[in-house]
Amino acid sequence: MDKKITSLSIANPEPDNLRGVQKLSAGMGITGLFILCLALFNMNFAFKTVWLSLSIILILAGIIIYSIGTYKKLPEGIKNNGVYYKSISNKGVLGWGTGIVLTALYVFLYWFPEYLGMGKAGATNNGLVGFFDPLSYFLNGHAASQWFVYGTLYTMAIAGFGYKFILKYRHNKYQLVRTISVIFFQLGFAFLIPEILTKLNPTLPYFSKDIKNMWPLNYYFFEDWHLKGMLGGGNLGMFMLISGLAMIFIISPILTYYFGKRWYCSWVCGCGGLAETAGDPFRHLSSKKLAAWKFERWSIHSVLVFAVLTTIAVLYTFLGDKSNSVLVTRSQFTWGVAFFLSLVIATIFIFKRKDLDTDAKYTLASLGIIVTGTILFNFFSGRNNILFINSDQFRSWYGFVIGAAFSGVIGVGFYPLMGSRVWCRFGCPMAAILGLQQKLFSRFRITTNGGQCISCGNCSTYCEMGIDVRAYAQKGENIIRSSCVGCGVCAAVCPRGVLKLENADEKSRFIQHPVIIEKDSITLTGQVG
Amino acid sequence: MNKKKEHIVIIGNGISGITAARGIRKQTDHTITVISAESDYFFSRTALMYVYMGHMKFEHIEPYEKSFWQKNKIGLINAFVQKIETASKIINLDNGDSIPYDKLVIATGSRSNKFGWPGQDLKGVMGLYSKQDLEYLEQYTKNCKGAVIAGGGLIGIEMAEMLHSRKIPVTLLVREKSFWGNILPTAESAMINRHIKEHHIDLRLSTTLKEILSDPDGNARAVVTDKGETIGCQVVGLTAGVTPNIEFLQGSGIELGRGVKVNRWLETNIENVYAIGDCAEQHEPIDLRKPIEAVWYTGRIMGETVAQTICGKRTAYEPGPWFNSAKFLDIEYQTYGWVWAVPRKNEEQFYWEHPNGKIAIRISYHRETRTFLGINCFGIRMRHEFFNKVLADHLTVDTVIRNLKRANFDPEFYHTHEKEIRAAFEKNHSILTPANYG
Repeated sequence: MDKKITSLSIANPEPDNLRGVQKLSAGMGITGLFILCLALFNMNFAFKTVWLSLSIILILAGIIIYSIGTYKKLPEGIKNNGVYYKSISNKGVLGWGTGIVLTALYVFLYWFPEYLGMGKAGATNNGLVGFFDPLSYFLNGHAASQWFVYGTLYTMAIAGFGYKFILKYRHNKYQLVRTISVIFFQLGFAFLIPEILTKLNPTLPYFSKDIKNMWPLNYYFFEDWHLKGMLGGGNLGMFMLISGLAMIFIISPILTYYFGKRWYCSWVCGCGGLAETAGDPFRHLSSKKLAAWKFERWSIHSVLVFAVLTTIAVLYTFLGDKSNSVLVTRSQFTWGVAFFLSLVIATIFIFKRKDLDTDAKYTLASLGIIVTGTILFNFFSGRNNILFINSDQFRSWYGFVIGAAFSGVIGVGFYPLMGSRVWCRFGCPMAAILGLQQKLFSRFRITTNGGQCISCGNCSTYCEMGIDVRAYAQKGENIIRSSCVGCGVCAAVCPRGVLKLENADEKSRFIQHPVIIEKDSITLTGQVG
Repeated sequence: MNKKKEHIVIIGNGISGITAARGIRKQTDHTITVISAESDYFFSRTALMYVYMGHMKFEHIEPYEKSFWQKNKIGLINAFVQKIETASKIINLDNGDSIPYDKLVIATGSRSNKFGWPGQDLKGVMGLYSKQDLEYLEQYTKNCKGAVIAGGGLIGIEMAEMLHSRKIPVTLLVREKSFWGNILPTAESAMINRHIKEHHIDLRLSTTLKEILSDPDGNARAVVTDKGETIGCQVVGLTAGVTPNIEFLQGSGIELGRGVKVNRWLETNIENVYAIGDCAEQHEPIDLRKPIEAVWYTGRIMGETVAQTICGKRTAYEPGPWFNSAKFLDIEYQTYGWVWAVPRKNEEQFYWEHPNGKIAIRISYHRETRTFLGINCFGIRMRHEFFNKVLADHLTVDTVIRNLKRANFDPEFYHTHEKEIRAAFEKNHSILTPANYG
């Protein structure tokens, strides 16, 4: 969180001198954080509301004024000077320090919330969580939880650093619109609307009220307690259930077809939102090595298999419970899932056999394993056991390993060490599904502009997903990669205007632009159709 | 092509030499050896500036991972070639080794021009071309309070941007009366002048370097201009163009002019010896090009071409329609075809500039036939594919104006200026022929 400090560099031979405005604004932000620290260590504030407001205002104003002081005076353009000389953005002491603090924060959030002041078993909150009680009562009518504190800080980070990102890229309208979208969805859909809905419906059981947070990113969507919550949640519950299903099976495939997975990953998603805003100073730290790409394909598809099997196991158990009046039987469900997925596999195989690259093959293999697993469930499972493993255990392991450790601790805690998209790249099951579709059934691509590439490497370096964009651009090939989240930064940092994110006719994605392209027979001119 | 396995030696691991090596490897199983005294691995020369500015580390400007070379069986030797014995087909290296070759490709690029200025060999005085230049610059800007750059071309402005990014006050001496004035027409050149000043770079037009003054330890301490002014500085950039790097070929029997003389097939006067990239000099210029082209893109095309020839398909160097690109601080520049600073005979020019003074295009066309001749784009990205076709098919300027939307390559949501451009064009350059862009 301390991109406020840019000058404590070890490597920079001519460190920027913090100007007056920057010093002042950095001081404001640090004061705001300091108030939160005092709360964390149980300092009792007389007027909590005043102090909390002051802290929030100081942090946000600090970020905003600092951004203005940093970027507003400079002419519009790419602002990457000194990125590799700064301690914070080049894995220096500040980078490591930030990584450790963030990681610790996540460890406490997930496993030791009582140290943040979360009241155990209904006890009153104190500490940091207690400090946020006034805001929580105001928004949702309940005392705060560690997740409320987290959600508030998360939203502040996206909004504040989103503003910084907008100033930094103010010459680029794609970045402007995209960042406004990300801030809007976080502030409205993820934060304010769910809190207000909770306040308006105080008696309803808990269920997720964030429409855009869909399964399998929201891995508990199909868990029994969540389904029961929605089924018992009146009209709002039914709405969330139906819109959740519609998002997964109808809306997402349509949008991904027309715009690529970017409509979600870099325009709407909260994880992506944080990566694009607060995570922006770390985007270049993602590994571009071939070995990292190989690992990525294994790991993201393993998580996909794990996520889907866990969900199926949980639903299977849910359906076996007679107290849940649901119309579907276990065996109908398993065969239904097996049939649906087989249909997906068959469709891909019949129509897209030729276009399958390694990424897509991994996804297909994953789906195959899931089908087999599902059918095995039906034959070898008892009342609560799935393949002799308790489905609760399955679920709690997923929650622990993937939901908490991977997406939170590593996903955000390691921003300053491994780049801002570690989770999105190596772990997100949603990204795996959208990626398969982007690769095979989508109009999205990054077009390479003929022979203009000078192999400089800015595109690859600043790709947060670790795609070696240059490898395609210098050959004049379009970039059609399942992992691309369409942030558009490669196109922005390109000094020669070589890259453009485009949606156009699906087939034209694979047309090469052989102005001067490496072919067996040389084609120098006039090959344009 | 089941010929016997040959040893292809390439001197120089820049874009030309490496493109040639990769092209040869794709088609044959010949033994390939690339020799360079500059670096162990191929890097993008045009990106050196970004390393200095901290956008990237040196490893990021190397387009291939280290394993690539082994996997593709391209041998790399880091050594300096002292002598080529063309009669016995042997190369002598500075480390004492001798390497026999069957075919030899010379791709040694350029070195910075030094025009005999007094003080040009002082410490802190340098060109900006090689990896060593970058390291030297890094060393001499450690305690630098000011820098002067002599030469207002593409390398000059890059070097100014680099130093400026480290908060070093920069003075840029430009011989012409406007920046890059021998290439850019007045309006565009004026736009870049303004932009340079906007970045607080001290731009001195119509000013040349007279002398570099020394301190007692042999370091540069100031430059004297032709206007008699003395400007204090610790670093002096000499960026008045480049010249082929071919000194080591003296006495080898290979015909030399300013560069290595080659025919349209990139063959030298000696059989099985080729020259490509910056160091090659065509006997006869191709269309409107210069006989020596020190440009990334032409180097790459020459590399691809010579690879074909070496693999048994003798191919002439046919670079097709001219194109180039650059970036002046924050203003991107692309050009397709030819737009001359001073219009040539029968060349009509249309210029449009955005009120913000940072976006502009200039289109050249033939006054009588209205054939499109070329375009300069500033702050607007255009499709190479589109203009390549327009130029190859000799389409008209009117076709281009009508299809500007298709030609545009700016990111999504950008405000595009086709309407304003078209209106401006129709006002003074009215459309006569119907559109038939296919």
